[in-house]
Amino acid sequence: MKIKKILIYIFLGVTSILTLVPFIWMISASFMADGKASVFPPVFWPDEFVFSQYENLFIRLNMARNFLNSLLLSFSVTIISLFFNSMAGFAFAKYRFMGKKKLFNILLSTMIIPSQVTMLPLFLMLKSMGLINTYMAIIIPGLANIFGIFLIRQYVLAIPDSLIEAARIDGATDFQIYRKIILPLAIPILVTLAIFTFLGTWNDFLWPLIALTDDSMYTLPVALANLMGEHTKDPELMMAGSVLTIIPVIIVFLVLQKYYIKGIMMGSVKE
Amino acid sequence: MIKPGINKNKFSISSSRAAYVFLAPALSAIFVFFFIPVIAAFLISFTDFDIYALGDISTVRWIGFSNYLKLFDDPLFWQALKNTFYFVIVTGPISIAVSLTAALLLNSKLVKYKAIFRLSYFIPVVTTLVAVAIVWRFIYHPKFGIMNYLLSMIAINPIDWLGDPVWAMPAIMLMSVWKNFGYNMIIFIAGLQNIPEDLYEAASIEGASAWQKFRHITLPMLAPTTLFISIITMIGYFQLFAEPYVMTQGGPLNKTLSIVQYMYQEGFRWWNMGYSASIAFVLFFIIFLGTLIQFKLQKSEKT
Amino acid sequence: MKIIKNTVKVFLCAILLFSLSCSNKNERDTTIKFWAMGTEAEYVTRLVPEFERRNPGIKVEVQQIPWTAAQEKLITAFASDNTPDACQLGNTWVPQFAYLNGIVSLDKFISNSSIVKKDNYFNGIWDTNVIDSLVYGIPWYVDTRIMFYRSDIFKRAGYDTPPKTWVELYDLAKKIKSLFPNKEKYAIYLPTNEWAPFIIFGLQAGANILKDNNSRGNFSSKEFKTAFEFLIKFHKEKLAPLGISQVTNVYQAFADEYFSMYISGPWNINEFKKWMVGNLSDKWMTAPLPSKDNNYPGVSLAGGASLVIFKNSKHKSETWKFIEYLSESSTQINFFNLVNNLPAVKEAWTDSLISQDIYMKAFYEQFNNVTATPKIPEWEQIAFSKVQQYAELAARGVMSADEALRNLDKDVDIILEKRRWLIGNK
Repeated sequence: MKIKKILIYIFLGVTSILTLVPFIWMISASFMADGKASVFPPVFWPDEFVFSQYENLFIRLNMARNFLNSLLLSFSVTIISLFFNSMAGFAFAKYRFMGKKKLFNILLSTMIIPSQVTMLPLFLMLKSMGLINTYMAIIIPGLANIFGIFLIRQYVLAIPDSLIEAARIDGATDFQIYRKIILPLAIPILVTLAIFTFLGTWNDFLWPLIALTDDSMYTLPVALANLMGEHTKDPELMMAGSVLTIIPVIIVFLVLQKYYIKGIMMGSVKE
Repeated sequence: MIKPGINKNKFSISSSRAAYVFLAPALSAIFVFFFIPVIAAFLISFTDFDIYALGDISTVRWIGFSNYLKLFDDPLFWQALKNTFYFVIVTGPISIAVSLTAALLLNSKLVKYKAIFRLSYFIPVVTTLVAVAIVWRFIYHPKFGIMNYLLSMIAINPIDWLGDPVWAMPAIMLMSVWKNFGYNMIIFIAGLQNIPEDLYEAASIEGASAWQKFRHITLPMLAPTTLFISIITMIGYFQLFAEPYVMTQGGPLNKTLSIVQYMYQEGFRWWNMGYSASIAFVLFFIIFLGTLIQFKLQKSEKT
Repeated sequence: MKIIKNTVKVFLCAILLFSLSCSNKNERDTTIKFWAMGTEAEYVTRLVPEFERRNPGIKVEVQQIPWTAAQEKLITAFASDNTPDACQLGNTWVPQFAYLNGIVSLDKFISNSSIVKKDNYFNGIWDTNVIDSLVYGIPWYVDTRIMFYRSDIFKRAGYDTPPKTWVELYDLAKKIKSLFPNKEKYAIYLPTNEWAPFIIFGLQAGANILKDNNSRGNFSSKEFKTAFEFLIKFHKEKLAPLGISQVTNVYQAFADEYFSMYISGPWNINEFKKWMVGNLSDKWMTAPLPSKDNNYPGVSLAGGASLVIFKNSKHKSETWKFIEYLSESSTQINFFNLVNNLPAVKEAWTDSLISQDIYMKAFYEQFNNVTATPKIPEWEQIAFSKVQQYAELAARGVMSADEALRNLDKDVDIILEKRRWLIGNK
């Protein structure tokens, strides 16, 4: 029994390290000078720590701007979509109205439509509104989403009706109920959804690639992909760019992992 | 604040009006910026909207099913289809198997400090795909990459991963498994934890082996979870794009060209937009079919 | 709830700060937006202060876009009405934007200009900007493809001067290959993801790349087939490497003798200089391209970039002034010194600096025999997506040359269907 235990631990340990090896190399290469990462055998610790790659990113390539774009967009989309989704989720969970079930089922079934189908017309639509290459081009498709509505509805269903009834008897308006009862009680799911949305927007690639045309408007993933086109010979610079892109999401995740993991599990449970 | 008398509040709980107000923002956004584009894409796929149309809209022609027929005859489209199917059919099951294995290990009573392992397996999931694809592009470098270095330690000759038509897609597959297995692992863990302990205890009493327990208790009990995972994994994998875009540009010999990548090239590089829209709908159709098939399979297994 | 409130506050502040920081323009100046690619963008900014000094009241804002995404970005900008006032446009893209009605014809400006005149430029280059008899771009810098070669290896193979004909080229390649019997070394680098040599050799063989007023593919023609098969032979006989991933750094490979010849453009010169250092520094040279028969040098592509003015520009006259400035002989020389881009203006070439650079002589010679690729919007897709695809298939032996060219024509005809319909309906 003990041998089995040790073997399992070794296996887990080795596979954990292997899983993390790409990140270790990425971080260490980002601190190397030009050309120092293209060696055989590969090195996982820089001989000399240099910051020149990061300097290049910020000074020559203006990636701070891209970082800001990603940050602002991820925040905006998260906050706005939380409002839109939570209101809709509340309505589906606690209100009775004609066609509710049908409407909800239709919405759910459209989750199967891949978003790529919408991209071309959306591009033409936004172009005619003059919104291509603006923040709105990224915010608009992210205003609301069915998955978010689903998650919130799921959670709000569990809020006891009696609380709502009591508030009504007290004379609260629907919006007050939403604001003062539902939202506070739904904080766990809101945080979860916020994380999903934040990470999803931060990591989004195809749509920003299409909708943003100025390098000053690019989000980090798009800026990074562009860099790749020009600098295929410089792994060190590219690694610095990758580190810059990944670090924020890892931080957000580490701080809020409890909610994120819970959210994944919740999303997989059918009602 | 309790008011005396009948409290005729303007909005009662069964009032639809409030519901509509709450629904309005999200639903109108979804309607205008999702539904309408889907329908528009459908219509555009029946036209030859292209670069000439951008300059002069009167050059657009309604061509019925021509785009779809053209796709049928297009060897590049079939290549993209083949590549994507290859990717889905191989990476899907492998990724799910790896996730299940990891979940089983991490669920085992023998293991303490689960959190650390779980974390290290999960980190790749949240990281930005483009950033990670770039790292892996260098990992696969024929001379300086870590992959060939590891292979050299077990006496295998260097492979030109991203430059060899045979190995390019497998290289992308490996990276995908690495990136995604943590996600499904979490879902499997939840599923495993929902299996009642006494089932296993009863089986132990009857002398069942670990493998028998796995086959006859774990797997069947996990069926709904597995179905769910299969479907979302399949849907995700059919949308393969960033990896070939960043790592191989669809090559070599177009062996890593994916459907979405082809759609993107035709639509946003060459501006053959009608054609691109038809590719998008074919993708939708495939995903729809795939989901249907999985449901049917699951149903027939149950009976 | 408090978290949300605070987050919203922070977020609103950020938006405010950000929007404040980007509205610091002097209202009285006219600002011209100029888009440029790659290193040109980095260095053209250094030419701006002098222009602004001479033209008070006009400011130039340079924006850089990377080459690899430039075409998409430009068309997207056009499609979304987000175009700048002027930009640097690869001259093979000029037809595309002219057809889209995105750029304006410049004949009126030219006739009133004392600086920009047709005779100041190489004929083949000027011609690439003329579409339906109107001039849509002013050549900014030029390039063409010539041969970069290892002179030391040539000597060892018995060639004191570079090959002047196809026959000599092939013979030399075989001799170079036999210098390295057991090593993985090649004679020439002909990557199939670079369409230019394939088209160039086709032109040298006298082929019309497209036929019927550029509305059908003509790749199956006898002439093009001759050239195509000639080039594929190098891959098949292992005189050129097949894959492109081994060569992650072309210049390093050249220095390592991985190959001894490469057909490419002037943008490589600085990098070659960087890698061929020390005792390698005198072991390489440039030469015009060999020709199929005895008309040396063989024809090459008229490449380079032009300066164009977008239709939506609200400051066309001021933008023209900037274009005139960039076209002055002295500015052209300054720019060359910064970026090594070859001046489009012939006068700039007679400056001793340029004619003294030993690598430049070959380019000057070659410019006397350059020609344009078909001037249609679909050319980009045909060259990048189709020619390269079938070159790779043939080089790897997946298809015979015949089959590849037939399929190439088939694909090209499909791409050009709309063009045929438009021509038919005019």
